[in-house]
Amino acid sequence: MNFELTQEQQLLKDMVRDFAQNEIAPKAREIDETGEFPIDTFKKMGELGLLGIPFSEEYGGSGGDTVSYSLAVEEIGRACGSTGLSYAAAVSLGASPLYYFGTEEQKQKYLVPLASGEALGSFGLTEPNAGSDAGGTQTKAVLDGDEYVINGEKCWITNAGFAKTVIVTAVTGKDARGKNIISAFIVPTDTPGFTINSNYDKMGVRGSNTSELILEDVRVPKENLLGDPEKGFKQFLYTLDGGRISIASLAVGIAQSAFDAALAYSKERKQFSQPISNFQAIQFKLADMSMEIELARNMVLKAAWLKDQGKKFTKEGAYAKLFASEMATRVCNQAIQIHGGYGYMKEYGVERMLRDAKLMEIGEGTSEIQRLVIARELGCGEKKKAKVNG
Amino acid sequence: MNIYVLLKRTFDTEEKIEIENGEIIDDGAEFIINPYDEYAVEEAIQIRDEHGGEVSVVTVGDEEAEKQLRTALAMGADQAYLIEDEDIENGDEYSTQELLKAFFAEKEYDLILGGNVAVDGGSGQIGPRLADQLDIVHVTSAVDITLEGNEAKVERDVEGDQEIISVSLPALITAQQGLNEPRYPSLPGIMKAKKKPLETLDLDDLDVDEEDAEGKTKTVERFLPPEKQAGRILEGEVEGQVQELVRLLKTDAKVL
Repeated sequence: MNFELTQEQQLLKDMVRDFAQNEIAPKAREIDETGEFPIDTFKKMGELGLLGIPFSEEYGGSGGDTVSYSLAVEEIGRACGSTGLSYAAAVSLGASPLYYFGTEEQKQKYLVPLASGEALGSFGLTEPNAGSDAGGTQTKAVLDGDEYVINGEKCWITNAGFAKTVIVTAVTGKDARGKNIISAFIVPTDTPGFTINSNYDKMGVRGSNTSELILEDVRVPKENLLGDPEKGFKQFLYTLDGGRISIASLAVGIAQSAFDAALAYSKERKQFSQPISNFQAIQFKLADMSMEIELARNMVLKAAWLKDQGKKFTKEGAYAKLFASEMATRVCNQAIQIHGGYGYMKEYGVERMLRDAKLMEIGEGTSEIQRLVIARELGCGEKKKAKVNG
Repeated sequence: MNIYVLLKRTFDTEEKIEIENGEIIDDGAEFIINPYDEYAVEEAIQIRDEHGGEVSVVTVGDEEAEKQLRTALAMGADQAYLIEDEDIENGDEYSTQELLKAFFAEKEYDLILGGNVAVDGGSGQIGPRLADQLDIVHVTSAVDITLEGNEAKVERDVEGDQEIISVSLPALITAQQGLNEPRYPSLPGIMKAKKKPLETLDLDDLDVDEEDAEGKTKTVERFLPPEKQAGRILEGEVEGQVQELVRLLKTDAKVL
């Protein structure tokens, strides 16, 4: 056992913290209020190599590991939930599938600009009628000569409004058991028939771009099929496993930020002639918050470490995402409580953190889906599945 | 162009200093590159990028300072030297000067940069002391440095006014806030820093005797400044307030 970060991981964490506190945190309130995507911040993050942390140098990345990437997401999320979400989605969902499943040619053409920060990527999975049940995807892709023709609709797609390419999942046929075969396609956003609207009015992470995709006879060359055509579903499950680690890191970052604010406030705020941090009612809240954050962080880093070791991390990734996201909501809620009436005011920032944190329980697999994933890993429900399939 | 940068590992400026039994407690404290030295590192990298050459960073300290040296390498410095001073009793500015003097005796240098002052000890002595020992010119508090051939034109901050000085190289120049905006080490820079040379030197390597580098000063006591008292607002007519203020300054504060 060794809980120490390596020197590179520590340097990276320090650098990202400095950058995030100086360049991202001062804009957090403004982008929450205006809903304007902080594209300049992403340019700067690209220059520092942050958009390519977990990818090797030959593809424009920085050759870092998942632990380093998790540390970066946490620090960015600590400064701003919106920026953290778009960052995590750009790397884990937009670029990672290309890195895991792309051909050499696809990597050179599509991954390099994403990893080096020249462009943003996006992942289009969710549909109006296919959320937790991704197998119920309705978007279809039909091979016509050398091209696939894609038709369908996607919703709540992070970063698509600023993306150069979107990886879109679509049904390409049915297998022997009559189940949908789902494949993934690399679709440049300037392809004719591809419409992207960013009109959502969200509760939180308001500075993160969220878009609706409409695909009407969108034609892409058949070389744009990503990975194994039969295993599209498995591929995005693996992608989502990785994405969960980053959402969990983001939840830890948001919670840490709310806790920092609450702790500082409790030491300054005087009632009954003393700082409210002298009162056990407040102390117990702070003790629980600080403990829960650290427990979540340990789980996140363990899941990241397992991934780096090439070991299975499905269950641990789900533990991390489930616990960290629900923890973040609790911590942000208590942070507001400690602030009292001031916490309910936008000026103090903690109400924004609660709104941002809530998404962590929903995006990239709801808490309920995480529990299903864990239960499945425990071997629950296998009998029934065998019967149905048998 | 051989450029050396003197760098010190210091307390993070946001750390709260605590003293126990006359010693400063640094358990769990965060450490950083002294902010003024960071300007010097940035300036050195910019000068190298424009005029060519190499940037070497040098620190006197313990092995913990390796992290700050790696940070400077990640920013873009080419190599680093860690001079260990743990064997020296009661080390002070004189000790650091002696170690650096011995280090530079073996080196060829065109320009030595450093911070104007370290935010911990705050003596601001190392730069001028070293320049004196090496018998080269020095300029402190630089806010702009331009190199032309064998000359450096230095704009320095003089209590809010500017003074422009031309010096011939080799020279030692210390950095003031405003000289530049230090870059963040990029991630590829961090990954590369691991492979850059970092040499650790001890007293034997520099041929310095422990006794010869022993500090010349003695620390008699360490204490924190008294806590700031709440202010008082005087009331009444302006004339009365002025008289009361003058009386207080004389009798209470005893500054008049």
